[in-house]
Amino acid sequence: MVKNKGTTPLAFDEMMNADSSPRQPYSTYHEWYASQDRNRLITKSKDAENIFRKTGITFAVYGHADSSEKLIPFDLIPRIISGREWRKLAQGIEQRVIALNAFLDDIYHKQEIIRAGRVPRELIEKNVAFLPQMIGFRPPGGVYTHIVGTDIVRTGEDQFYVLEDNARTPSGVSYMLENRETMMQMFPELFHQNRVRPVENYPNLLRQSLASLAPPGCSGKPRVAVLTPGIYNSAYYEHAFLADMMGVELVEGSDLRVIDGKVKMRTTRGYEAIDVLYRRVDDDFLDPLTFRPESALGVPGIMDVYRAGNITIANAPGTGISDDKAIYSYMPEIVEFYTGRKPLLENVPTWRCSEPQSLKYVLEHLEELVVKEVHGSGGYGMLVGPTASKKERAMFAEKLKARPTNYIAQPTLSLSTVPILVNKGIAPRHVDLRPYVLVSDKVQIIPGGLTRVALKAGSLVVNSSQGGGTKDTWVLED
Amino acid sequence: MLGRTANGLYWMFRYIERAENSARLIDAGLRMALTRSGATEGDWDGVLQSAGVRELYDEVHETLTSIDAIDFLLRDRANPSSVMSCIEAGRHNARMVRTALTRETWEATNECYLEMKAMLSRKARPTDMPEIIDAIKRRAGLIRGAFHGTMLRNEIFNFSRIGTFIERADNTARILDVKYYVLLPAVAAVGSSMDNVQWESILRSVSAHRAYGWVYDAELKPANIADFLISNGRMPRSLAYCYEKIASNLGYLEREYGERHAAHETADRTLAALRSRSITDIMDQGLHEYLEDFISQNNLLGQEISDGYRFN
Repeated sequence: MVKNKGTTPLAFDEMMNADSSPRQPYSTYHEWYASQDRNRLITKSKDAENIFRKTGITFAVYGHADSSEKLIPFDLIPRIISGREWRKLAQGIEQRVIALNAFLDDIYHKQEIIRAGRVPRELIEKNVAFLPQMIGFRPPGGVYTHIVGTDIVRTGEDQFYVLEDNARTPSGVSYMLENRETMMQMFPELFHQNRVRPVENYPNLLRQSLASLAPPGCSGKPRVAVLTPGIYNSAYYEHAFLADMMGVELVEGSDLRVIDGKVKMRTTRGYEAIDVLYRRVDDDFLDPLTFRPESALGVPGIMDVYRAGNITIANAPGTGISDDKAIYSYMPEIVEFYTGRKPLLENVPTWRCSEPQSLKYVLEHLEELVVKEVHGSGGYGMLVGPTASKKERAMFAEKLKARPTNYIAQPTLSLSTVPILVNKGIAPRHVDLRPYVLVSDKVQIIPGGLTRVALKAGSLVVNSSQGGGTKDTWVLED
Repeated sequence: MLGRTANGLYWMFRYIERAENSARLIDAGLRMALTRSGATEGDWDGVLQSAGVRELYDEVHETLTSIDAIDFLLRDRANPSSVMSCIEAGRHNARMVRTALTRETWEATNECYLEMKAMLSRKARPTDMPEIIDAIKRRAGLIRGAFHGTMLRNEIFNFSRIGTFIERADNTARILDVKYYVLLPAVAAVGSSMDNVQWESILRSVSAHRAYGWVYDAELKPANIADFLISNGRMPRSLAYCYEKIASNLGYLEREYGERHAAHETADRTLAALRSRSITDIMDQGLHEYLEDFISQNNLLGQEISDGYRFN
């Protein structure tokens, strides 16, 4: 009874086979789990929460007055991926990331894909994520998306789909690192029994990757800094964590100023130049002289410095055009256009509500679809048809009809499940996966990533802002 | 280092120091209440003045009562120098400069905040006070221990220490200034038991009533008390000790950066004066005027440090 309560009946469980035997990647773990005292695990689970609270691994939820700092619930049952599964995923992700960069370079230069009629012109040029300031400019090393977080969902033994490409400023990598750290502290024996590929060198790889793309105007050892919107940003902890782990400065817009054609930070000894800026500030806020004039988070004049080749901005401004939800449905064409091969990873079938026939279909099938805002993120402003009430669907239909171009729709996929620890033992919950990718002269995919898990039985929404939790993600050597 | 980071460190440690000082002032006030049958309103008036929040108190409260005074000093967010306000502000600054702190220092600060927030979530009952004061001192001690045990002795350390001692010097000077009249020779001659309570309270406000006995005669004498808190270079809350530390930390920065600022001149000048002037000389010239001048010089130094090291 408890086992399948509320989950989609046919969901693929990554740990247990239908005959209640463990799937192969989980066999060692399952044996260990079976030998554990459940009360001890529940105690450990509380310990983990204390570790997170003590360390201050919190995030801010917008629109909550009282709870300015929240913990993301951590579930201590790992999500395990076999080496074979990972190789397949990694190849698909690499192909996709290469295509994203080629697409961006093309869109801001010759626009061959538009001329070839594969992507409609107005979809690009009328898109707010498309930055005319980037036209004709090639970032150092030709890299647009230095850091990518590809969201992947699974529906079966061999069925993986890319849900989103997150090519702007993907977050969550600090949870990947802290989750692993916490697991290794709590259950060191598990890491003797299983050959888990390490993720902890991520900060190092990130620093090397960023430094390797220093601008032509940089002489000597490149100086890297992380730009944060500040202490009130929801991901502030991560910004500070990454700067700390990389051993670089964590700067805010107010620390920076353009002097003599360089972006410089105000130090206790005067102004010092920065060569590579890993910015966690959105395009709009980056430069008040170029974008939003009222922005206090950015640096006036940084775009001029950028275009003059005196700073590297990671990710490049304007990458949002590649992970836009309206563009997403064209990704199979985009991948094929630039790599000359069929995509190794599938896209989720997507209806573009801007097209009248699709809109008609979506309106007729709302109860089986997920409808998303083209520019939304974090699970806000979306409709999950099957779980929404009749009234919610009706209200959403009105919004859809009013602004069809603002929406896309996808079938509700039966996301795979991984068990979480509950008071009565374990119970399956839906998960997704965000591996992290670093792009320089090579593409490096960290073996692991962030597994987000819906904590409510049957829920398909895994976003932390909507009550989702996280798990440590293991990629096994085999 | 970023100027903003130096600023954050400086204020983080000023606030933590101030939280502890506020707790100590409350402790001294409570002690007076025990010594006699209840502290008078005048005693809490002095405590609020020492904390520099007497006027602010009147903006929030109509009458002065010990319960309200304690709450105001302990947990009122309207009072920026209350223990809770200071811990919150200290931790806020610590979060801002998280990358400059060791994990141990950050965690001690964060745990201090978490415990005190829970402990001070509602008005404290008088019976809880010893436990609360104890917890504040213990938590501040843990931060200090983690800081001293794990931080590299570099510029980060220097700015933190400078913040601590600017705040402490200000605090000690203000405690003395509020009570200066009980230390005046004319009054002291009376030598009533009332004065003894006041003198002891001054020493308790800086946790120095035991140490006093080790250095001077057990008998409390105003000139000795003033000497102890102003000129004694071995007393960790004295003005002289604070300025030894400020000057030496500024000295490290000067050597490391190869730069001298107005702050260096001010600190050195103040330290030289503390070393050379005898306590009888200071008291003859006027203790109150001396302390007033010291407090304004100390504020000036804070401003000069902020300017010299580009805090803003």
